[in-house]
Amino acid sequence: MAVKRAGFFTDTSICIGCKACEVACKEWNGLQGNEPNLLLDSLDNTGQLDAENWRHVKFIEHMPASANTLVDQPASTAGGLAFLMMSDVCKHCQHASCMEVCPTNAIIRTEFDTVFIQQEVCNGCRNCISACPYDVIGFSQATGTAHKCTLCYDRLQNDLIPACAKVCPTQSIVFGDVDQLHQLADARLVALHKQGYSKAQLYGRDDKVYGGLNNFFLLMDEPEVYKLPNAANAVLPSRNNLPGYLGGLVTAVAAVIAGLIAFRRRGETPPEPHPVAVPVGGGPDPRSDSAEAGAEVQPRPSQRRVPRRKR
Amino acid sequence: MIYLAAEHFVRSPGWTWLILFYFFLAGLSGGSYVLGAMLRLFGRGEHEETARTAFLVAFPLIILCPILLTVDLGQPVRFWHMVIDPANNTLNFKFWSPMSLGVWGLGVYSGFAFLAFAEALFKPLRGLLKGTLGRLILVVGALFALFVCAYTGVLLAVSNQPVWSDGWPIGGLFLASALSGSAALLLLLAGWRLRGASAPSLAAVLAVDRYFVLIEAILVIVFLVTVAAAGTLGRVLSVVGVVLWLVVIFGLAIPFVGHTRSRTLSPVITTVVALAGVLALRAVIIFAA
Repeated sequence: MAVKRAGFFTDTSICIGCKACEVACKEWNGLQGNEPNLLLDSLDNTGQLDAENWRHVKFIEHMPASANTLVDQPASTAGGLAFLMMSDVCKHCQHASCMEVCPTNAIIRTEFDTVFIQQEVCNGCRNCISACPYDVIGFSQATGTAHKCTLCYDRLQNDLIPACAKVCPTQSIVFGDVDQLHQLADARLVALHKQGYSKAQLYGRDDKVYGGLNNFFLLMDEPEVYKLPNAANAVLPSRNNLPGYLGGLVTAVAAVIAGLIAFRRRGETPPEPHPVAVPVGGGPDPRSDSAEAGAEVQPRPSQRRVPRRKR
Repeated sequence: MIYLAAEHFVRSPGWTWLILFYFFLAGLSGGSYVLGAMLRLFGRGEHEETARTAFLVAFPLIILCPILLTVDLGQPVRFWHMVIDPANNTLNFKFWSPMSLGVWGLGVYSGFAFLAFAEALFKPLRGLLKGTLGRLILVVGALFALFVCAYTGVLLAVSNQPVWSDGWPIGGLFLASALSGSAALLLLLAGWRLRGASAPSLAAVLAVDRYFVLIEAILVIVFLVTVAAAGTLGRVLSVVGVVLWLVVIFGLAIPFVGHTRSRTLSPVITTVVALAGVLALRAVIIFAA
């Protein structure tokens, strides 16, 4: 299936946390995974997205309270405890922070409008890791480069859908052309609102978050709950270019003025005794060509040559 | 229910000791060049030997920097990808990426630093950076040196890391810190090299150092205010962070308390304390992410 703008619509309301997506991703992409880790954190033993985990099912223990409920009429099952599950992945942002800062142009936008790290170009500077607002990109010690979801670039090139979407048993992960996925997501959101899930919302559907996300989500609560920056905080690294350099410029001007005051003033007034200590005998003799260089070096009294009187 | 703040769901890029010492050395090199240029341009010859000392310092320090940067790469043999895109065989120049801009700035600055170093070292070249053209070269070189001092801070700010991206004044702060550290280094080295023969010039360097630390102190306050406003102040005020800030404060105070009319500390001590402050400032910010 050829797509112009490839992406995922991930409907977290029907994710069952089976982690089939994680397994399929590792299987297809040849990812070894990390050592099994008992994180004591819910049902999550993957922990995070990194160089070996390009899919990560988040398990968020959610305790609905009176002021914060998933549904207008909360169910009393499980003592009010609920899981929010979300299969996390690279968002393939339209305004990608990683791509913005990458100094080598290793991170490119493909013909499928996805964000791709060229492994043969990346030199492992890790600037993209400092920029990614979703904690997606990981550094591999084995390859010395940065890694993340490729949206199964090789599969797309062969008219196959990405492995995670292929195996998702509940259709929580739907692959397709982003414009079509938008329509699907809009309809699903309307249905959920009708069912009383008033906090259900689409994340990355519009351009408020990094110009729109190719991989966008239907969330059952606020983005912060899923550890996603909300629209107000979805900002690009380049926002600090101007203030950063301006701060440097103002400091530079102040420093030059300081230099003018200190060096000019001293040059115009006769030398005064001052408290700067200098080690004696700790270095080579003053260069004999000081005068030739224009220096008006004042030797210390002990260094002045006094003609000896003949006896 | 407690929700985390909505920003900074990120991980650190793992820039640690190599990058810390790169920031430190690049700052001292750039600062030394700027001091050398100002001493020569603003003085009337009386600062010449001190200026030469500064130029003799600037280049050796900067040649260590690419080594640190290259070793820090995951693929060191691909260091040249910073300037050439191997996929298209075109030059990589992204002015909106401080790392890309910094690589170019560092390269150009190294050329100016080498020129000044050679002029200071070899007698036949003496006078190369005097006259109108020479002074122009010094001015342009100083601009690049200022950039090298400051861009490292902007590099941190242009990210989505906590503290780094919250503290936009880091560029200016690193610049002021680099200049004060370079002044402290120059006081020591020029004192050694000239055996105190250029005492009036050293007094001028001490005077400018005091201005630099005042600028730095103001920027430290502005930085902490911006970080506090973003809610990430706790990251720079950990137990280790507080110790590092104390070192920074000692470094800021030393040009005043180390050189008074009644008491003068050994230049080795004052310089070590000042440089420790420069290093600690970078450490407390780098390791806060």
